[in-house]
Order: sequence, then C-alpha cells, then structure tokens
Amino acid sequence: MFAYIIRRILYSLPILIGVNLMTFSLFFIVNSPDDMARMHLGQKRVTEGAIEKWKQARGYDKPLIYNEAESGVGKVTNTIFYDKSVRLFAFDFGYADDGRPIGEDILQRMWPSLAIAIPIFLVGILVNICFALLLVFFRSTYIDVWGVVFSVVLMSISTLFYIIGGQYLLGKLMQLVPISGYDTGFSAFKFLVLPVIIGVIGGIGSSTRWYRTIFLEEIGKDYVRTARAKGLSEIRVLFRHILKNAMIPILTGIVVIIPLLFMGSLLLESFFGVPGLGSYTIDAIQSQDFAIVRSMVFLGSVLYIAGLLLTDISYTMVDPRVRLG
Amino acid sequence: MSGLLHLREKIIRHINILLLVYLTLLLSSCDGRPWNNPYPAVDDGKNILYSVFLQRPKHLDPARSYSEEEYVIHGQVYEPPLQYHYLKRPYQLEPLTAVSIPVPVYQDKVGHVLPDNAEPDQIAYTLYDIHIKPGILYQPHPAFARNKAGEFVYQSLTESDLEHVKILSDFKNRGTRELIARDYVYEIKRLAHPGVNSPIFSLMADYIDGLKEYGDLLKKRYQEKKKAAGDGAVYLDLERYPLSGVKVVDRYTYQIRIKGKYPQILYWLAMPFFAPVAPEVDRFYSQNGMKERNLNLDWYPVGTGAYMLEENNPNRRMVLEKNPNFRADYYPSSGEAGDRQAGLLDDAGKRMPFIDKVIYILEKESIPYWNKFLQGYYDASGISSDSFDQAIQFVGSGEASLTEEMKKKQIKLLTAVETSIFYMGFNMLDKVVGGQNERARKLRQAISIAVDYDDYISIFRNGRGIASQGPIPPGIFGYLEGKKGHNPVTYKWENGKLKRRSLAEARRLLAEAGYPDGRDAKTGKPLLLHFDSAGSGPGEKAVWDWYKKQFSKIDIQLEVRNTDYNRFRSKMRDGNAQIFSWGWNADYPDPENFLFLLYGPNGKVKHHGENAANYDNPEFNKLFEKMKNMDNGSDRQKLIDQMVAIVRYEAPWIWGFHPKKFVLYHSWYLNAKLNLMAQNSLKYKKLDPGKRLAKRRAWNKPVLWPVWLMLLVLILIIIPAVIAYMKKERRSMNMRA
Repeated sequence: MFAYIIRRILYSLPILIGVNLMTFSLFFIVNSPDDMARMHLGQKRVTEGAIEKWKQARGYDKPLIYNEAESGVGKVTNTIFYDKSVRLFAFDFGYADDGRPIGEDILQRMWPSLAIAIPIFLVGILVNICFALLLVFFRSTYIDVWGVVFSVVLMSISTLFYIIGGQYLLGKLMQLVPISGYDTGFSAFKFLVLPVIIGVIGGIGSSTRWYRTIFLEEIGKDYVRTARAKGLSEIRVLFRHILKNAMIPILTGIVVIIPLLFMGSLLLESFFGVPGLGSYTIDAIQSQDFAIVRSMVFLGSVLYIAGLLLTDISYTMVDPRVRLG
Repeated sequence: MSGLLHLREKIIRHINILLLVYLTLLLSSCDGRPWNNPYPAVDDGKNILYSVFLQRPKHLDPARSYSEEEYVIHGQVYEPPLQYHYLKRPYQLEPLTAVSIPVPVYQDKVGHVLPDNAEPDQIAYTLYDIHIKPGILYQPHPAFARNKAGEFVYQSLTESDLEHVKILSDFKNRGTRELIARDYVYEIKRLAHPGVNSPIFSLMADYIDGLKEYGDLLKKRYQEKKKAAGDGAVYLDLERYPLSGVKVVDRYTYQIRIKGKYPQILYWLAMPFFAPVAPEVDRFYSQNGMKERNLNLDWYPVGTGAYMLEENNPNRRMVLEKNPNFRADYYPSSGEAGDRQAGLLDDAGKRMPFIDKVIYILEKESIPYWNKFLQGYYDASGISSDSFDQAIQFVGSGEASLTEEMKKKQIKLLTAVETSIFYMGFNMLDKVVGGQNERARKLRQAISIAVDYDDYISIFRNGRGIASQGPIPPGIFGYLEGKKGHNPVTYKWENGKLKRRSLAEARRLLAEAGYPDGRDAKTGKPLLLHFDSAGSGPGEKAVWDWYKKQFSKIDIQLEVRNTDYNRFRSKMRDGNAQIFSWGWNADYPDPENFLFLLYGPNGKVKHHGENAANYDNPEFNKLFEKMKNMDNGSDRQKLIDQMVAIVRYEAPWIWGFHPKKFVLYHSWYLNAKLNLMAQNSLKYKKLDPGKRLAKRRAWNKPVLWPVWLMLLVLILIIIPAVIAYMKKERRSMNMRA
C-alpha cells in the first residue's frame, strides 16, 4: 500500500502544476497586474508611478510566463508564474497583497471553518443515514412516500433561503441564538448552533435520497434474507448488515470531502460572520488578490487529491476484497 | 417481546434527556441574560461601543490609507495638526495638536515676504509654521520601551529575540515619549518613500517644495539598500536625508514651504497623511523578521489619539481602547443653532473620550447587521435598501421620519447631504456627444433634461439624495441654494420651486442638434448612444433599463455596454467610453476639490487625472487657476458662479445627485451628530451602558413556545411510525413463532 500511496502522490504533481497553470491563466486573462494594482490602490489619485511601485514591491513587474529579456533558464524562472508558483509546492504561500502572510491567515481561519464543517459533516451523516434507513424500513408506505417528497422539497430550496429563514426564525423571532458572529473556545458554541442546524437541514434532502437508493439496492440481496431468517430484528438488519455492506458507495461520497472541510463554506461563513477560509477565498476574489486565490485553489487541489487517496485507502478497511497495488 | 420492551425503555430515556435539556434551558434563562446576546457576559453593562466593519482594511499606515472605512479605525489613533470642529457647520478647521491654525507667509522668488493680499502670480512660496502643543504623549508601544540605562529595548532585535513573538502584545515592555515636531516632518518625508507608495505623493510633490526631488533621491537609496539587503528588511533612515521644503524649526515647531499659493494645504493638514510618525516606530517595524510576523505600521498604528488599536484581527474584529496617555481634551462648548436643544452641548467642557472601548466586528451582510442593531447589539446603523421601508416613512411634506416600530424602540434618525456627487458623464473626446461645438452641446443639454434624476432618487435610493444643480454639493463654499443655485439648462424656477424643463424643450434642443425625433437629419438613421458600465448584480439591470427609458423619452436609443470593472477602467483611461456614470467624494470642504474634476489639465485620457469627462475649456481652466488659490469670499464666489455657469451651459455632465446619508442610533448613544469631514469623531461620542443593558434584556426574551410546538408536531409524526414499527415487529415475530 505504501508504494501505491507514493505513486499516487507522484501522480498528483503534474495535476497540481496543471491546476496552477490554469488558475494563473484564468486569473490573468481577466486581470492584468495593472488592474490588480488599481484595485488595490483605490480609485482616487492613482498615478502610473504608484502602479509601477505597487507592481515592483510585489513582483508583478515581470513578464507573466516567458521573459524574452533573460537568457537560458531565466526565460522561464524570471517570470511571475515561476515566482508565484514554485514556492507553493513547499507550501510557502507568501504574502497577500495587503502584506499579511497567507500561511498564517490559513492557519488562523482554518479553525472557524472546521468548527462549522465538522459538526455539519458528522451530524449530517448521522441524520441522513438514520432518515434514509427509516424510509427504507417503511418502504412502500406513506412514510416512505412523504419522506421522499419531503427530501425533494428540501433539495429544491436554496441554501440562502435556509440561512435567511433560520436567522429570521431562530435568531430574530424566537431570539434563541445570536443572528451572526463568532467567538473562540466554548463561547463559539452559541454561534455555531444555527449554522450547523442550517447546514444539516440543507443537506438532508439530497443525501437522504442518495442513501435511500443505496440501501434499497442492498435490501433485496440474499444476505439480508439470511439475516432475517436468523431471526434478527429489522433494526439490527438495517444497521448491522445493510449499512455495513453499503459502506463502499457511502465512503466514496464521504471520505473525499473530509479534507475539503478545511476549505469552509462560502455562504454560511459570509452570512454568519464566521472568519473561515470560505469567506477568505470570496474576499480574495472580490479584491483580485491573486496571491490568496492561487493559494486557496492550490490548497483545494491538494486536499481533493488527498481526499481521493483517503477514499481508496478507506475501501480496504471496509471491504477486505479490495487491495491497493 | 424483549425487543419491544427495550425500545420502550429507550423512548423513556430520550424523553428524560429532553426534559433535562428543557430544565437546563429554563434555568439558564433565569438570569435574564438574552440567549441571543453575541457578546460575553463579562462585558454586560460595560462602556463599550459596538460597531461593524464591512471589509478588512487594506491599510492603517497614515501615509498609505485613503479610504473612509480605514479612517474610521486609524482616524481615532493618529492626530494630524488640525481637525474639523465637531459641531459647527459649515465645516470649520480648528487646531488639534497644533496651538493654532497656521498662518501663511508669502514670499517672492528671492525670499522677500509679501503682503497677505499679494497676487497669486507674485507668490513664489508660502511658508506655514506649525506650532504643536507641548506635553502630548504617544500611546504605550514597544518601540518606545527603554531599559534602566535609557537604551531602547526592542530596536536591535535578532531573529532569536523574535522567536516567540507572533503579535505585538508579545513584546512585554512598552514605553512612550512626547510628541515633537520632528515626528510630523518624518511623516511628510514618508510620503515620498518608495516602499510606502503614498497615494498623495504625486499631488503633494506638485506643492511641497523639494518633495519630488526627495522622492527621486529616496528611490535611488532604497534600490541600493534593497539590492544589498537581498531578502532582508530594508530600512531608510529618513532623518539622514533632509527635505528642503519641510524642516524642524524647534522642538515644537516645523515649517512647510509650499510652491506658490495653495491654501487647501490646511485641509490636508487635517488628514491622517500629515499625522506624526515617530522615527523609532518606523525603525522598530523595519527590523528583520517583523514583516514575516506582519508587524508593521500598516497593521499596528502608533499615535497620540484618544484611542489605540489593541486588537487587529480583520478576520473577525478590531478593538480600540482608550489611550491611557491621552492628554486633556475637552468637549466643545459651542456649536450651531439647535445643538443645545438637541442635547449636543450637555457635555460641554467635559474631558474626552467618554467611551472606554470600541469593538468593530466584521459583518459582511446587511441583514444580520440590521437585525442585530434592532436587537440592541449594535449602537448605530445605516439603512440598507432592504430595510428602508421598515425604518423610514415619508410624511406629507416629503420629510423622512421614523416608522412607528422605530419610534417605539426610541431609535433616532440623523440625516445629512453628503459632500459627494454621482453624475453621468459624457466623454468630451467622443465624436458624437463630445466637443464644444453647438451640435454636441445641444445634444448634451437635451439629454440632461430628459434624464430625470429626481425620479432616479425616488426609485433607486428611496428618496435619499437631492438632484444636483451643478458640481458643488451643499455644505461646500460656492454652493448656492434656491433660485440662485438652480441649473437653468435643466430646470425652471417657478413659484419658488424647481421645475424640470419639459421634454418638448429637450426635443427642440435635440432637433437643433441635428437629430429631429431622435434621427440623424442627414442620414435618417436613429441616434444610438452607448452607456459604458461596470455593473454587476441583479439591481444593475433595473438601473440600465431606467437609463434606456430616460433616453427613449426623446427617442434616443441607448445601448448598455457592460463589462467587468477592469475593462471599464481601461476604456475610461483610453477614452473609449461614450457615456458613463461616475462619482466623487470630497477630500476636504473646498470647491476646488470638485471643480478640479472639470479642469482640462486634469483630464483622464491626456493627463491621467480625475477629470473623467476629459472636459477642457480654456475659459473654465483660467478661472479655475485663479479661483483655486483664493480665500473664501465674494470675489471667489463670483468666479465660482462663472465657472458653474459655463459647465452648466456646456453640460459635460448630467449633474446627477448628491446622496443623503441616513444613520439610525439608539437612545443610549449620545452626542451623535453627522460630521462627514471629521475622522476622529469617536472621542465625542458617549454611551449609557445601563440603559442599553436594560433595553437588550427587554427586547430579547427568548420565545420558547414554537420549540415545544415543533417538538409536539415531531412527536405526533413519530408516534404513528413507532406504532407501525411495533406492529411490524410483532407481525414478524408471530411469523417466526
């Protein structure tokens, strides 16, 4: 398995270079370094001299990807792309346009993102699986039918509606939790209740339908009939046998997103004033801070690759027939 | 059967847990503290002001920062020599750290002093001697910390000294020192520092003697040092490089020498660009390892103001605390008419600041901000379009007043016309709408009549604004009210009121311009104009449709050329836009700061200036050059009137509107008065924390019955499922038996 992991990590290098190149191209098709400087310097009294100084200070005064003026390797290395990309592979994210170290920002903002994402993830899995198993247990009854209708309704509603509705109902009308905000340590609890509830409810519809389909596929199989014939209760059949055998498709969907939990939720973080990585990325896009955008895309790619690798590894744990080699 | 018993036990256990949760909630609500209070209990009743910031500030360095949002924070920390009187209107300068308002001394080319009434073209230099008050101390800061031997503790740090330092408070020792004239001179020198990249360097280089050359010198030295330092920190000791136009006269006096006459410099002296920066602070932040830890002047400002920035976490919150070294500064004892009745002079002569701590919280969305304001968790708030109808109603006379809901909460409203203008500009370099020929002028005049900004204000700004009659907003010298101030090209003065000229007049002008019924008289083709925009978001489409509708009133077709912001700016720079909307917010309350937007040598395309319409009229330019250096008075007013008349007639802009600011504040927030110029107004504000605490408790009692109702509904849904389950289990057991 170790060789497999090493091989997968090596495979990921060209992918990351490709992602970097694409991010770079897409960003600089839309924004030139001059545009970035103007955006950063504001709207009033911006002179060409000030723009030049801004670019020089941040290394944006070089050619984008190919430096004609240089010779040899310098043609490639003395460019914005090389300068800004190579360090990423050592996880040196450099500085944001406002001078703040990006790595430090990521470390600081990762925790609020996780504080929301982990409870949503765990509670969500529990609720969704239980709800899906409940529907399967009552399959072909009115509970199943209305459960599916309920799921479709939940799926059809925009997350934004859940957020604004939740803030209005629980925060404003019932006054049970703060409408928005964030704090550290145990004080964070009261701020997390509402976004977590909304995050969980927002995910019930689609996940329940997905799990229900998986479980229904399993329920007709021979081992289930055998389990029932042994005299096991339906609850035990569902939770001990069907759930265990349905783990591969479930893990495919779940494990891959575990590393991405770090990246936070764009909408929830913005509306609840949670200083996580989701809102960090959105702010960077709005302020055309390429250094942050590039770092976040790179980090997202790395985490996604890590998620896929973890998924593969997790298969070996739930299904002894799977071998990585 | 044992399975069923087991299930029943489980259900009972769950009901017990629910009861326990209920009792816990009940007990926790007994102390009367609202559950939705976002602040820690220890802060209840404390003299803390809660406010918001919508975006993380980019700069807090006084030489770099040039945005209202940033001034809100560091305007309380830094003290330039002058400030605006908090209460008096029109806006008046008064000394802050200066002993008095500096008086200009005019000199000719050889240095002879000229009389005060000397003609501007005779004046080669103007000298301003600025005397600062002795005894003003800086906030406590590690840069000033000294050991018993009197040596600086943190001015020669090594990497190992910084090993455990992450934030500024990791430096345990702090010190202070007296503010001296040298610090002001140092900051003016910083405007030319290539590493600082001050936005006003180019402007000031035109006026402060020797600043341009100083910038060139520093650039050279900076590059040399940068080369030598490699990846290390670069420090330029500006005290080693004298600046000819700015010098220290004595410990408490410095002198600025201005080229020619530039009375507006006094307004700049009330802005943070001219606030003091102690050289040792610059040296402290320029040490190796500081940048990596984000320890710099852009992040941790150091000043003599009423407050100091104790926490700078723009990801979440920024905290200002009372500066313990702040000098004795007293609330003004005079204001404008009505201030006494409004209670704004109740604290006259009392020592400021009144508030102990200010917490600015990152609140990006307007809905949570508004709702938290209504719950009493923010002390003041603006009004977004979403909540406007909830807060404001217009009474018969057209006056804005608060709705009953707001009055019930004793919320108060402040309004003021902003010293800003939003206008629609014609690119004067454009072949169709530009130029100073009669055809183009009549076309622009016709469009100016058709585009009804009163309607715009009513539809898109909830009535928050007034239609502009010219480039100068109310509150600025040169603005005239009533009949004298109306724009005769687009309005008539009838029965003591403004009345927009009719569309028939617009059509007549259009026909005279060669476009009868909106068609080119020569070719017969319909007149198609282009509006260049960088709009985004759903609201923008409605605005574009409105613009199209205005143009179609006189049969002109308007095409919107929307693009992203960068492309739009590029079009403007290259002169490729035809019609556009633009705005300007005053730097200082002087007509020069608005009329320069139409000054030819300030054109955007040719001179990269702020004249976005590229308007260039020699007569206007000549008048501007004369007017800009004059003192306010009837002579200046005459010139301004002439200039305004020229641009109204030429119509390079459709004058647009001056926005009106609406601010709501709670009854416990005292001494609130809108001052659109002052950046240090926090020290005047006062709170009644006891009243706030009581109101918060009264307004935020948790409403629990819906929770129980929801639980009941849930139980009612679950019961049939449980019964069905039990039946199913019983059936399968029977079958097995």
